[in-house]
Amino acid sequence: MYQLLKQIVTTGIVTEPAPESDESLRQVEQRLSDIILRHFGRSLSIRHVDAGSCNGCELEIHACNSPYYNLERLGIRFVASPRHADLLLVTGPVSRHMETALKRTYDAVPDPKLVVAIGDCGCTGGIFGESYASRGRVSNVIPVDVAVPGCPPTPLAIMQGILTAISKSRSGQP
Amino acid sequence: MRLDELSLEVRAIPGAIPAFHATVDAGSLRGLLEAARSRKARLVALWGSDATLRGAGYALHLAIGLRSGLLWLELPLPRDNPRYPGIADIFPAANRMQRAARDLVGIEADDATDRRKWLRHGAWPDGVFPLRKAFDAGSVFVDSGDHYPFQKVEGEGVHEIPVGPVHAGTIEPGHFRFSVVGEKLLRLEERLGYKHKGTEKRFESMTLEQGFRLAGRVSGDSTVAYAWAYAMAVEGVTGTEAPDRALALRGVLLELERIANHLGDLGYLGNDVALSFGFFQFWRLKEDLLRLNQQVFGHRYLMDTIVPGGVARDLSNAESRLLLQVLERIRDDTQTLRSIYEEHAGAQDRFILTGQIVPELAARMGLNGFAGRASGIAHDLRVDHPIAPYRGLDVRMASHQRGDVAARVSVRFDELFESIRLVRSLVSALPPGETRVPVARAQAGSRGVGWVEGWRGDVLIALETAEDNRIERLHPHDPSWQNWPLLERAVLGNIVPDFPLINKSLNLSYSGHDL
Repeated sequence: MYQLLKQIVTTGIVTEPAPESDESLRQVEQRLSDIILRHFGRSLSIRHVDAGSCNGCELEIHACNSPYYNLERLGIRFVASPRHADLLLVTGPVSRHMETALKRTYDAVPDPKLVVAIGDCGCTGGIFGESYASRGRVSNVIPVDVAVPGCPPTPLAIMQGILTAISKSRSGQP
Repeated sequence: MRLDELSLEVRAIPGAIPAFHATVDAGSLRGLLEAARSRKARLVALWGSDATLRGAGYALHLAIGLRSGLLWLELPLPRDNPRYPGIADIFPAANRMQRAARDLVGIEADDATDRRKWLRHGAWPDGVFPLRKAFDAGSVFVDSGDHYPFQKVEGEGVHEIPVGPVHAGTIEPGHFRFSVVGEKLLRLEERLGYKHKGTEKRFESMTLEQGFRLAGRVSGDSTVAYAWAYAMAVEGVTGTEAPDRALALRGVLLELERIANHLGDLGYLGNDVALSFGFFQFWRLKEDLLRLNQQVFGHRYLMDTIVPGGVARDLSNAESRLLLQVLERIRDDTQTLRSIYEEHAGAQDRFILTGQIVPELAARMGLNGFAGRASGIAHDLRVDHPIAPYRGLDVRMASHQRGDVAARVSVRFDELFESIRLVRSLVSALPPGETRVPVARAQAGSRGVGWVEGWRGDVLIALETAEDNRIERLHPHDPSWQNWPLLERAVLGNIVPDFPLINKSLNLSYSGHDL
């Protein structure tokens, strides 16, 4: 136990924003928490759906919860059920075998709901494209509010995507 | 076993890894495999192909791991009745592979006890086979329905818990059907294939130059292993020799990938036993490593860094120093964290004897990779067939006998430290020279093999070329194929809440499996 506490103390808090050290990240986080505070009562619940990715985007979504980014402290958390979610985070080209599950998950999210497509595959179908087995981009299957490119997009880009989705909903755009 | 013990006419497949090709007939296949099995050969992969464009019928392909290298067996099958003697009783891991080959190519195992579909759900109907040459990749069918008969467990108090394909977390999609009494797991049946996105068919629309990006996206967390295996196969068929410096850098990249994945999973293993301290500590270290990757190699997960002919990025002296510095710090911190994990009674209580896969079962079913090594299976391509740059590095193989979550945690720690040692050796003695050479064109009808010890297990790329430097058939094989069935066994007798822990201790790929 001594060593565990010592490790905690010596590690300290690594969470960014240390405002000077990562300016772009700090801005995103401040705006995020500000908007969330006003519009989502201090919390935004996200349900992630992997609709057929190579699992690269999942790695970066995991990283959003790492102590450097620590998404949760902003009131953004991942939830287990789509029925608890405000926003759907979708990765991958949509495989034909996941098409039904994705549609059902989307239907299960209560209105008003937002969808952010993550990664080149989610935005365009990426290298897998459209085929007998792939429906390509996420917006071919469900409405998408924001698409975040990258292969995979960085945790920062994913956070920016979430911000953009929330800003859009605030100004009443589709 | 030695190849000559099999009395087979073999032809060497040119390339870095010792590999041989042989054609067999249906009559001798099973005898041959039984002999191989009794000499501890293992099944690396099984797949089918359509050779009609070359005037033949279909073919069954097997990749067998031998002491002397990789044996690629090809069994030609007639066009009108493409059947072959099934081998799932000899190599149990073949069961799902045979079913997948049936779904995709339409070749059928004679004596298969399990005739259910596997990779095909509703996207294409029965009797349509996407990997046949006449199949147009752009075809779209009306959803053909998706009945799948799970096996039922009956008895008083037994009930089923269906989970997935969408899980309660950031996980890839798959379906698990638990049969439980109270909290105790009586049976688990997996159903995968949700991520089938036509990867193998996609390769057939590509040239050898184009394919490396797709290879790097078969399973994102193993992008280096796949890209290297792809490069190895292409270099083999084109007679290209990657420069020594590039080979050393490939070793560095592969070990960095192993370190990153072990760090992430060790963190989650802490998280899954309510030691969130572990998650935050390990994910801090993982993020440090990812940022280092970005800074030094231009990509956090090192995608598209290995290319046929070499590597896309060189390493300067200053970058080498930085790399070693960060790794040294990660090693020191990981040592501290290991002792904390080992002394944490709560964590050890959950780890020890949970999700056990005993060595006999692991050997029979063909468990591979680090999970195999945690169950007494002494295989590691870096040790068994040390190609450059592993020759001379004397990779120390991690091992454990107990095969439980604690053993897999222990093996991951050992491998992580060994990988850091390997990177240090490689970086401090980087050969001078260029990092990339032009790749020649390949002749049609050539075969190439890439076989790499990825972080999860051995990754295989089997390649056949077509005219105009195109890909005739490419089969990428993920070690998860072998290991998924063992998850069904590992959970038996455990309680439902331990499933996430057991699952994470193996961390199998869905994407690499569903192709």
